[in-house]
Formats: sequence, C-alpha cells, structure tokens
Amino acid sequence: MSDSALLALNLAEARDGLAHKMFSARELAAAYNDAVTEASPLNAYITPTPERALAMADTADQRLAHGEALPLDGIPVAVKDVFCTKDILTTAGSHILDGFHPPYESSVTEKLWRAGAVMLGKANLDEFAMGSSSTTSWYGPVENPWRRPGDNRPLVPGGSSGGSAAAVAAHAALAATGTDTGGSIRQPASFCGIVGLKPTYGRCSRWGVVAYASSLDHPGPMGRTVRDAAILLRAMAGHDPRDSTSAPVPVPDFEAALDGDIKGLRVGLPREYRVDGMPREIEALWQQGGEWLRAAGAEPVDISLPMTKYALPAYYIVALAEASSNLARYDGVRFGLRVEGDGLEDMYELTRAAGFGGEVRRRVLIGTYVLSAGYYEAYYLKAQRVRALIGRDFATAFERVDCILTPTTPSAAFPIGEKSGDPIEMYLNDVFTVPANLAGLPAISVPAGLSSDGLPLGLQITGRAFDEETVLRVAEVLERAAQFRHLPGFFAGGDR
Amino acid sequence: MPLDKATVAHIATLARIRLSESELEPLAEELSHILTWVEQLNEVDTTGVTPMASAAAASLPLRDDTVSDGGCRDAILGNAPSAARGFFTVPKVVE
Repeated sequence: MSDSALLALNLAEARDGLAHKMFSARELAAAYNDAVTEASPLNAYITPTPERALAMADTADQRLAHGEALPLDGIPVAVKDVFCTKDILTTAGSHILDGFHPPYESSVTEKLWRAGAVMLGKANLDEFAMGSSSTTSWYGPVENPWRRPGDNRPLVPGGSSGGSAAAVAAHAALAATGTDTGGSIRQPASFCGIVGLKPTYGRCSRWGVVAYASSLDHPGPMGRTVRDAAILLRAMAGHDPRDSTSAPVPVPDFEAALDGDIKGLRVGLPREYRVDGMPREIEALWQQGGEWLRAAGAEPVDISLPMTKYALPAYYIVALAEASSNLARYDGVRFGLRVEGDGLEDMYELTRAAGFGGEVRRRVLIGTYVLSAGYYEAYYLKAQRVRALIGRDFATAFERVDCILTPTTPSAAFPIGEKSGDPIEMYLNDVFTVPANLAGLPAISVPAGLSSDGLPLGLQITGRAFDEETVLRVAEVLERAAQFRHLPGFFAGGDR
Repeated sequence: MPLDKATVAHIATLARIRLSESELEPLAEELSHILTWVEQLNEVDTTGVTPMASAAAASLPLRDDTVSDGGCRDAILGNAPSAARGFFTVPKVVE
C-alpha cells in the first residue's frame, strides 16, 4: 500500500488491515513518522518520538505475527503534551516545565501502550490547557490544516487540544488523546472536522495528567470517526485507584453500542442554545441534525436548560480557583525552570513571572483573588452553587430525554491572532461545551457540515453520566447521515 | 467591583508572581473587566443551594494505610534544577 493510502485509513480500517497482514505495524508507523515530518509546518507536535514509534511497532508486529494481537496493536497515536510520559519531555506547552522528564507514566497512556498503541509524539496545546485556540503555547501556535478557500490566512485549530486535533485532521496521527476542561476536546474537534469525545467525569483516570482544574479536567479520545473514538475510549477508560475521583464502574465494549438503532430515543433540543450572534448557518445545521435523527426514528423534544447563560461565568470562577491552587507547585524547586533571585521568595516570584505566559498568569491571578479572604463566599461558593443548579437543569432534562443535541461551537475556526484582544470574546467559544464539564456528563462532537466559507462545523451530543454508549450510538447515526467526507486544504500524503 | 493597582499587587504577592510597576495598571483593567463579567452570577437566586465541588461521588474512597510506592529518590531528584546529597537545594532561608 502507498503511504498516502495507509494514511487515509481510519483506526478501525487500520486495525483490520493489520489483522489481515495487508501491511505491518512498522510500515504504518514509518508512514506516520514521515507524515509527522511533512506536517511539521502546522506545529502540531512539540516532541515527535519516531524511534519510540518504530520500536513499539516492532513489538506489535511480533504479537500480530503470533496471532496474539492486542486491541490497539500497531495503532499510531499522538499524545497531548499534558499526559506524563516516562522519560519523555512533558511540557504542558509551558516554559515553566522546561526539561521535565517525568519518572512515571500517566494511567491513560499506560493503558494505551498496554493495549498495543504506538506513540508518535507529544502534541502541542494551549499552555496548561488554558485556551480555545492553541495559540498560547511556549512552543508557538498550532495551525489548522483547514483554510478558507481563497484566503491564505492560517486559522486556529481550536484548543486546548489543538495539536491533537490538527494532527488527526492532517493525517499526521491516526487518533489522539486530548483533555477537556471546558471544551478542549470538542471545540478543536469541531474546528478541525474530526470526532472528539469528553467522557463522563471519572471514566478516564486523571493520574499523571498535568492538572488545570481537577474537578473539570476530563481525558478523552479524538479520532476520525465515531467508531475510532469508541475503540480508543475503551482502551483509555477504567477504574484507577491512584485517582480518587476515578469511578469504580465496568468499561463496556463501546464499539458494540454502534448498532444504529435509535428508534424511539428522545433527543432534547435546549432552547437556550439559540444565542445572540450565532450564525444562521449553525442554527440551520442544528435543525438539520434534529431532522436526521428524526428520520432515523428518534423523537426530537424541545427542552429548557435555564441556567445555560450562567455556565460560562461559573466555569471561569471554579476553573481559575482550582488552577491557582494546582499551579502553586511550579516554584522552581523540584522540576522545570528556576530563575535565581535574592533568597527563596524572590526565586519563587521570578521563576513564576518568567515561566508562565500571559493567559496563565491572568488565570492564576483571578483564581487567587476569588479564593482570597473576603471574596471566597461571594465568588467561589456562589459559582459552586450555580454549578449545582446547572447539574439540576440536566437532571431535570434527562427525566424527559435520553440525550441532548446542540451545536458544538457558536462559530467555525477563526484566523490566528483574531480574538486575542479581549479574553472574554475568546472564552465565549466554549459557551456550548462548558455545561457538560460542570455537570461531568459525557459529550461528543461530530463533524456535520461545512460553513459558507468552507470550514468544518460540529454537532454535539450530551448524555447521562456513564451513558457514553447512547452518546456514541446517536453520534454514529448523525455521522452516517451527515456524510462528512471533506478533507482539509493540507494533509500528509496528499497532493500539494 | 473593579480592582485597583494595590489589589493587583497584593494578589500577585499571594500568587508569588513578580509584576513590574508598569504591568499593574493594564492588569487591573483586564482583571476588572473579567470580574465584572462574572458578576452576572449575582442575578441567580442560590438561596438554600448546596455548593457543588465535584461531579464525582461525594465520599472519597479509602485504602489500607500501607506503602504502595517509593524508593525512587534519584529518579525524582533527576528533574530538580538543583540538588545535592539526596536533597532538593534552595537559596539560604535562615541566616
């Protein structure tokens, strides 16, 4: 098989090709290593690991040859650079983690390697996963492989898992891990025309993932198809005693849930998601999504989630408070950057001033403020109370419906550098994705159409806690109806 | 409630992030802008609502109080910007 044909396979197809010995894991890994190099102008990777990929592929080939294949044997994946990988540089996109080589492996990546997956490298992201554009990394911005036809301006891939999304979309990874604190898997998936799933809180272990906001951080899969996401999720999920919030629940065979049968399923359409300024075409795509599901036998139901408008401000209080606490560990003593000063306090302050970028600094300062004496009640506890009401909204809705259909984002990808003046304008990108993080519910973004300027748009399915199976089943029906077959302007192995 | 320069300087000290005098004014403006935006939460009546800290099960799991990890001092010190004789080293704290 030619390299470009290999790179065009999705995960399920590559798995079958490996099983039928149509090509070896080494051939696949070599094609992807070349693709990573070819796609390097996108800056999707901070640290490619081509030798590691070949070595892992050789081990997978031995198992495949002996008929002892593991579920992900020989599947090349990108790892968002917030997952600690033993002895491999782990940066979280931050200067303050300079030179950090973790002496341990995150639970999720350990599970992937034990399932036979092959590591292509560490994917670029917004610094500490704080952002919606993948422009705040110390290692430079990530470029979306998509461009508006006739417009040469590079676009953001979304964020914070923008390197993961760009790599998958550009055929420079077969699939990837991401993390989602306020939309960081789903929004870049939507911007890059791929599938991204944020599982239920507690489904995938956070152990060994660089923390942003611990009660909102969700590791999850990103892939080219819903089936790919289902396959990857099964390998990433499962109880982990090292994460006290990891749920001791069994991991189903998510792929088996993709039976296309959604007859009689009730799909909620929340009226509060018709926000001011949302382009007409996104509203139209959302309605089209409802029609597709109706045609497949589901029943669209109008519902109300009255607290939707308050999810974003509540999120910013909770997330920033947790971030200011989590990022206290970066002090120049145990790992990463140290800037020497006049005494210990001076060293702390200079190290953190030099090590954190503008957005991280802003968030740590606000988080510190809302937790400080006299403001804790007014800001932090207030936001946690609103969070409880948002959870209640969903609980009420799920008494009437089985899942909820919405757009993933209120816009398509935008040019790099746009929306960098006003932080709130950037935050508004996450208006549809943040509620599922506050409530801990599973939610997926599926590419469903193109905007009038030729960019991918995603639809989102949100489900009940630990009901990823319904979310995936409905998502696959949407995927089949949408027939999204478009390719970005640039992809590895394509004609340039 | 907008933040003034003195408050920003105080927060920065609490957060152990050095700011120069010239950064205080623009940051005060920026942070005030964001805090004013989040204050729309005050429109919501939350009387009697219990704050939600997490979507995870309310009780934390317990395990036996036994050593389950360790014996990797050198691996941990390997990432330290400065270490000596099996310890992290920092600038002198006590005169």
